[in-house]
Amino acid sequence: MKTVIEASEAVALGVKLSRVKVCPMYPITPSTHIPERISDYIFDGEMDAQMIHVESEHSAASALIGAILAGSRSFTATSSNGFELMYEILPILSGMRLPAVMAVANRTVAAPINIWNDHSDSMSARDQGWIQLYVESSQECVDTIIQCYKIAEDKKVLLPTMMCLDGFSLSHVYENVDLPGQKKVDAFLPSFKIEDKLDVKNPKTFGPIGFPDTFMELKKQQQDSMSNALEVIKKANKDYAKEFGKSYGDGLIELFEMDDAEYAILALGTICGTAKAKARELRSKGKKVGVIRLRSFRPFPVESLKKATKNLKGLAVLDRHISLGAKGPVFTEINSDISETNVFGYIAGLGGRDVTLEHIESVFKDLETGKQSKEWLL
Amino acid sequence: MALKEVRFHGRGGQGAVTSSQVLAVAAFHDGKFTQAFPNFGVERTGAPVESYTRIDSVPIDVRQHVYNPDYVIVLDPSLMANIDVTKGFEKKGLIIVNSNKTPKELGLGAFNAKCIDITKIALDVIGKPFVNIAALGAFASLSGEVSLKALDKAIDERFSEKGKIAGLNKEACKVVFNKCKEVK
Repeated sequence: MKTVIEASEAVALGVKLSRVKVCPMYPITPSTHIPERISDYIFDGEMDAQMIHVESEHSAASALIGAILAGSRSFTATSSNGFELMYEILPILSGMRLPAVMAVANRTVAAPINIWNDHSDSMSARDQGWIQLYVESSQECVDTIIQCYKIAEDKKVLLPTMMCLDGFSLSHVYENVDLPGQKKVDAFLPSFKIEDKLDVKNPKTFGPIGFPDTFMELKKQQQDSMSNALEVIKKANKDYAKEFGKSYGDGLIELFEMDDAEYAILALGTICGTAKAKARELRSKGKKVGVIRLRSFRPFPVESLKKATKNLKGLAVLDRHISLGAKGPVFTEINSDISETNVFGYIAGLGGRDVTLEHIESVFKDLETGKQSKEWLL
Repeated sequence: MALKEVRFHGRGGQGAVTSSQVLAVAAFHDGKFTQAFPNFGVERTGAPVESYTRIDSVPIDVRQHVYNPDYVIVLDPSLMANIDVTKGFEKKGLIIVNSNKTPKELGLGAFNAKCIDITKIALDVIGKPFVNIAALGAFASLSGEVSLKALDKAIDERFSEKGKIAGLNKEACKVVFNKCKEVK
C-alpha cells in the first residue's frame, strides 16, 4: 500500500508486520515516536504484543534477554545516552546469541547536551557483537526491520541486530512509502522459534561463566557468525527484492553511478541522499562521480568494498562520528582494508550540523584536485 | 515539474509542522513524491518554528535543510520582527503571509508576496484562530502546486477521529482558496 508516513512510523509498522510479541521500551528523543506508534497499535488491538514499561534503557535491554529466552520475538528502540545506558547489556545479548532487534534513532551523546543527529551512539558500540545496518529512507526502515529479524534469527547468524536511522534527519521525515502486505511478510518471515528456551519442565542455565579454556572458542564462534552474516544479509536483501521489489545494493553496500566512476564519496545513512543528488548534478556536467552507501557497518563488507573501489582514482569517506584522539571509524577501517585507493577522511554532521550539497561539492572538488583542503565539514 | 521547496514559519503550537505534513500527504494524493520535516529546535509554545515540504514528480534524494525555498508561508506575521522570512528566497518564488496588511506595509515590497487575512477567515469559519490548515488553501490557490481535492483528502486523513475538525478545516481551506483568487 502506498502512503506518506514518518520514518518512525515506518519502523513501528515494520515491527508490527514482523509480528513482534514483546517490546520493552523506554522513550528518548528522537526515537520516541517509535514506542508511541507501537503503543497505539497494541491499544487499538491491531498488534498482539506486550509493551513493557521499563524503568530505564538498561532494563529495556535486560528484558529483551528474558523475553527472547521465553521464545518471543522482541524489539526495542533508543537513542543517544539512552543507548549508552544499555551498554552493559549489549555484549550480553550478543554473547548469549539472542536475536534481538533494536532501532537506534541516531543522536549524539552528551555533553554538551544536544538532541540532534550523528552516529556517536551506535558507532561507539561497534565492538559489542551486534550487526549494524544503517538506512537512508523511510521505505528502507520498514523493509530493513523485517530483514533484521530474518538475518538475526538465521541459525548461521544468531546475533542481535540494530537498525540505525538518522535522528530527526530521517526519524521525523514524512515521505512516500510502499508498505508490504502482512501475508507476504508472514511468508518471508516465519514465526520465531528458539531451540534453547526457558522451560519449567526442562530447566537449563543460560549465560553461565565461560572459563579461560572455552572463552576464546565462544568468541571465535561469534566472529564466524559475523562472517556468515555477510552472506545472510545479502540473501535477505535478494529474497526480499524477489518478494517485495525493493532492494538496497547487494545488502551490504549500495552503489550509485559507480560503473565508470573515477571519484566517489562513501557515507552512511541520509548523507548519501544529498550526495546522490549532488553526484547526479555533477554527472550532468560530465564529471565521473559516484556514491557508495555503507549499509552494513557490522559485519564490515571488505570484499564488496574492494570490488566497488578498485577502479577509483580517489575516495572520500564522510564519518558522522569521531573517535576522539584518532579519526572517523569508517575512514580508519576503509583505509586499512582498501589500501590501494587514495582515501580522504572527513568529519561531518556532528550534533545535527546539516550536511549540505555545498559540503558534498567541496569534497568532490578535493578528490578531483587530489588535495584534501580540510578534515572537518563545518 | 522540477523540485519545489516550501518553507513554513510559525510559532510553537501553531501547527506549522502539521501544515508541512498535511501538504506532503496532499501532494502524494496528487501523485507526487514528497518530503516533510521540521527544523527542530527545543520546542516551546510560542517560539519560532520552521518546517519544510519538498514536492517533485520523481523520488527525492536530497536531505539537506531547505535553504532556497520556492515558496514561503508565514503563519504569524509578528515573527517578521525577529526573523528574516525572505532568507534564501529568490525573487521568482512566492511569499504568502497571513496578514491584513499589504506586502509593502510588511516590508516585502521588493518580493513577490501576497497577504491574506487567514486569521479572520479561521475565526469566521472555525471560530478559533487555527490558521495552519487554512493557509494551505492559500498555497493551493496561489501556487497551483497542489489541488484542493487532494488537500481535502489529506485533511480528512489527518483528523480522521475528529470529523468535525476536519470539516471546519476543509471549509476554512476552501474559503481561503477562493478568497485568494481575488487577491492582487
